Amino acid sequence: MADVVLSNLSKAFGATQALSDVSLTIADGAFVVLLGPTGAGKTTTLRLIAGLDRPDKGDVRIGGASVLADTPAQRDVAMVFQQYSLYPHMTVRDNLAFPLRSPVLNVPEDQITKQINAVAEVLRISHKLDNKATQLSGGEMQRVSIGRALVRNPRIYLMDEPLSSLDAKLRAELRVELKRIHAEMGSTFLYVTHDQIEAMTMATHVGVLDQGRLVQFGTPREIYDNPVNLYVATRLGQPRINVLPAGAFGHGPVGAAQIGLRPEHIAIDTGQAATIRRVEHLGDQTRLHLDMGPHALITLTDPQTTHQPGDIIHIRPQNPLWFDASGMRVA
Amino acid sequence: MAEIVIRNLRKEFGAFTAVKGSSFTIADGEFFMLLGPSGCGKTTTLRMIAGLELPTSGEILIDGEEVSQKPASQRDIAFVFQMFALYPHMNVRKNISYPLVSQGLAPAQVKAKVAEVARILGIESILDKPVGGLSGGDRQRVALGRAIVRSPKAFMMDEPLGALDAEFREHMSEELRALHDRMKATTVYVTHDQLEAMQMGDKIVVMNHGVVEQFGKPQDIYDHPATMFVADFIGSPAMNFLRFDGVAAAGAEAVTLGDAHIALPRLQENALGRALALGVRPEHITLTDTGHLQGRTMATEYLGTTQIVTIDTAYGAIKARAPSSHIIKTGENVGLNLTASALSLFDTASGRALRTAANAGVLHG
Repeated sequence: MADVVLSNLSKAFGATQALSDVSLTIADGAFVVLLGPTGAGKTTTLRLIAGLDRPDKGDVRIGGASVLADTPAQRDVAMVFQQYSLYPHMTVRDNLAFPLRSPVLNVPEDQITKQINAVAEVLRISHKLDNKATQLSGGEMQRVSIGRALVRNPRIYLMDEPLSSLDAKLRAELRVELKRIHAEMGSTFLYVTHDQIEAMTMATHVGVLDQGRLVQFGTPREIYDNPVNLYVATRLGQPRINVLPAGAFGHGPVGAAQIGLRPEHIAIDTGQAATIRRVEHLGDQTRLHLDMGPHALITLTDPQTTHQPGDIIHIRPQNPLWFDASGMRVA
Repeated sequence: MAEIVIRNLRKEFGAFTAVKGSSFTIADGEFFMLLGPSGCGKTTTLRMIAGLELPTSGEILIDGEEVSQKPASQRDIAFVFQMFALYPHMNVRKNISYPLVSQGLAPAQVKAKVAEVARILGIESILDKPVGGLSGGDRQRVALGRAIVRSPKAFMMDEPLGALDAEFREHMSEELRALHDRMKATTVYVTHDQLEAMQMGDKIVVMNHGVVEQFGKPQDIYDHPATMFVADFIGSPAMNFLRFDGVAAAGAEAVTLGDAHIALPRLQENALGRALALGVRPEHITLTDTGHLQGRTMATEYLGTTQIVTIDTAYGAIKARAPSSHIIKTGENVGLNLTASALSLFDTASGRALRTAANAGVLHG
């Protein structure tokens, strides 16, 4: 276990600047999630830490020392990929033992057994240890591939969208599992994803990446409640934040060009008239799609609402976020 | 535009029965969802309505006319597939006009129809472009254009958004629904995504193992699931089941779990067995100091305005939805209060919900 410090990391692939001047501290024992769409630089960051690529500029320090000169093996990091690649002809036990049996490590066999049993317990796959990898379900296979990283007890775990190939139910289950594993082991995790739910539910800290730049770093609550710009505000929140011209509800603060209103930050009582275009009953909540003059917006209401399309309601902002013309937060 | 009535529809493939006697009605102009896990028979049902498969038995009535043994070409239905195949050597205009040209429509009429469809879909500017260079969204719009240009009686869609990424998918599903609201054409849509079904559908049929588990409006199905399968399949996180051994008889207004008496809507029938499950949705659990049941918090998942709290109880792990302003630590003892009016009670042997004062109006038969 160790903290990881990235300072001014930059990396270009040909004409594409994949990462620009990223500085970030992953504290010992933290669960940091890097969030961003395809091409934001998430995987590049992981590969630079793992030593699979070399940065053009900047430094990677693990446990206080620069690792730029170290090989991937010397860095003592473990990586979990989206596509679990288990050895199909081996049992779960042998798959888990594989990294420990590496001649470099030279771990005694009784120690291996002990470590595998401990990890299998954490992952709740003890009863499957003697199964062939091919006899497992998708969720179990991904658990084994996470387990293969865990047995090594490296200084940091690097995870590249490990849940994205699983179905929704299994993903939800493994989100809770990963968080529990992290809490039980107290290890350091760096996890990259484009899924905002994974970022919000698992992370101690979220880093939001936009085109190779780290735009904001903070707890999920800070990022959700207090985004630094419009880009960050739109990355979190389902349905997405409504963005309207600043004057849509009257005057905004000085310098504001746009008002950002999360769907739950719209009060339905007095204010501007809006026509309900569509009512979506999602069970635990109901979404109202509104037309307010030329603007379309979405708000939430009670599941048992009697509102119908065509109804006119009156709305006003509550705790709005204000942004300037370039999308930076002004209030 | 058409009403579609399905009666006792059955399809066997050799020894395998894909659809076991489905019955439901799709009203004229409805956006109708066929929902279920893979292998549940939803696509087979859609293909039978379209005429791409012939049923083993049962009836399909389109506007009152029995069509179950008629070929697809005589049913006047348009089909939109997940992998929207466009003719690669033709431009957008030719792709959309193809169905009309092959029907032998006069060129002037074809032109007028294509212009109208392009306006509805907002693709007037790309009509003369080759389809090769189009974005995913535009390809999807062209595929839709080719389906709607014929003005068929109904549209069949088989997971048309399945191949798209999450963000774009949400955008297209809104666009598709808005298009439906303008055209009001009967649409039957297959999906395995419960949220998509809730979001887009006027009505939903939930299928499992070839059987229709429930048929109704999204909110009714969510609030009053007819079976444990539906309760588990719809909603995220799913409905919690508190399994217990007990007695449930008509007239009862509470059940007993351990030493807790938990009020629920008045029962209208007796449970056949003693193995029961109390069903409660995460948002119908309030965390209090007292509470009907006791538990210990295991995990919290922050979701913005709300959070999901996993609680270890004598009845297994229970998930509750709480406002995120409520700071909850893991490892704390908490009490759980259940909202009486929103509870369901299931007979676990059959998996069926018992009829109560709350769900009697929703459950069929």
